[in-house]
Amino acid sequence: MNRLLLALCFVLLLTGCSGDWGWYVVDPTTPKGRINLKFLLGGLYYTIALSVTAIVISIIVGLLVALPALSSNRWLNGFNRVYVELVRAIPILVMILWVYYGMPQLLNVTITVFWAGVIALALSDSAFEAEIFRAGIQSIDKGQYEASHTIALGYFDTMRFIILPQAIRRILPALGNQLVYMLKMSSLVSVIGMQELTRKANELVVTEYRPLEIYTILLLEYLVLILIVSAGVRWLERRLAQ
Amino acid sequence: MSQIQPTHDSAVVTMQGVSKFFGTFQALKTVSIDISVGERVVVCGPSGSGKSTLIRCINQLEKHDDGIITINGVTLDGSKKSLQSIHDHVGMVFQQFNLFPHLSVLDNLTLGPIRSRNMSRANANELAMQYLERVRIPEQAQKFPTQLSGGQQQRVAIARSLCMEPDIMLFDEPTSALDPEMINEVLDVMVELAESGMTMVCVTHEMGFARKVADTMVFMDHGEIVEKTDKETFFVSPESERCQEFLEQILPH
Repeated sequence: MNRLLLALCFVLLLTGCSGDWGWYVVDPTTPKGRINLKFLLGGLYYTIALSVTAIVISIIVGLLVALPALSSNRWLNGFNRVYVELVRAIPILVMILWVYYGMPQLLNVTITVFWAGVIALALSDSAFEAEIFRAGIQSIDKGQYEASHTIALGYFDTMRFIILPQAIRRILPALGNQLVYMLKMSSLVSVIGMQELTRKANELVVTEYRPLEIYTILLLEYLVLILIVSAGVRWLERRLAQ
Repeated sequence: MSQIQPTHDSAVVTMQGVSKFFGTFQALKTVSIDISVGERVVVCGPSGSGKSTLIRCINQLEKHDDGIITINGVTLDGSKKSLQSIHDHVGMVFQQFNLFPHLSVLDNLTLGPIRSRNMSRANANELAMQYLERVRIPEQAQKFPTQLSGGQQQRVAIARSLCMEPDIMLFDEPTSALDPEMINEVLDVMVELAESGMTMVCVTHEMGFARKVADTMVFMDHGEIVEKTDKETFFVSPESERCQEFLEQILPH
């Protein structure tokens, strides 16, 4: 994977020699290029902060939405189905626009771009997290619940100490997937003015007129970021598998 | 009202006219049985005869549809009090062990005492080690269940149940999932438990074990208790034809 990445960079640099390319805008050997690169990387903080905050919230909401689905109560089940089907049906971009422009008017509050982004991403993702948790919890053998009953554990202790620790191990690859998805989807929050990676690139393109080079850098930024996250998830999987 | 009273004072478990349905299939047909303190009951019968359902009703892993079950005089009606009564008095060992695979052997044993008996970790560890010694595997305390043999896992499961200090132990075919060479190590532990005076209800086909420890033999077929008698009568001259046939099939020639 690393070799592939190096080869890709090398090819891009070589092509930079031809007249059609303008790598000078992001050339780290020139002061101008350094300023531009710094400007582009300045979006990294918000991309990460946005994604991590949103994934944490969406995992919590997802779990809370998943638990009613496992009950035998018809109303709790219904709540889960309605939530999942409704939220899953809304495009993320539409959710972002609605939360930022629509919700403040509805609830008569003001909301920052950051929190609008977090809420929209977390809500959209929570429906998927709920389904992942439901599948994970349902994959646990019913003997585990029965054994838990025989050592007198109640519902919450059973979930906390017996079922969820096993379920989370099983769904870890899927949760990692969602985190990667979240990092990519955070680029959509650029449309409401969040100064994350994509927005920074857009702004630079407007002043430098070099979309190919700048968006290539943007692409590489996401690629590196996501490769690091994937490696982290794999490391965690290995650790928990022991 | 007289039905609710145990038929004799020393009964730990009473079942009166208990029925259980799975859909339209009737797994238990108005079954009645009393189990007194210290009594060792061995339940046998062909598969699908309702043996497992019978003992699973005692700790309400299956909720009975009709009839009355009491534990130490408390009627099992789904209330908090009846649940507490089950949690306080009844232990169970499963065919598939059902150990918690993500917890060490020691944590499997201490989780119940710590969380539901509010025991300190130090006391729970001490209690757990005491029972692990009793089932003869104290050296496995730090291992995980998957690292143990089937026989060892089942002994851990027995120790886990004993850590809750139950008055009555239910065994649901505890040796059926084991390789033949591991059956005896589990049965030895069960015999010792019986000798210590524990009230036991065992669903098993191990007739050697039954001969050794049973006070009462119960034979079930089609959701009914066909025969309930002491072991001498049971093995020598069972009354019903169905029971005779069953014994002929499972006893070694």
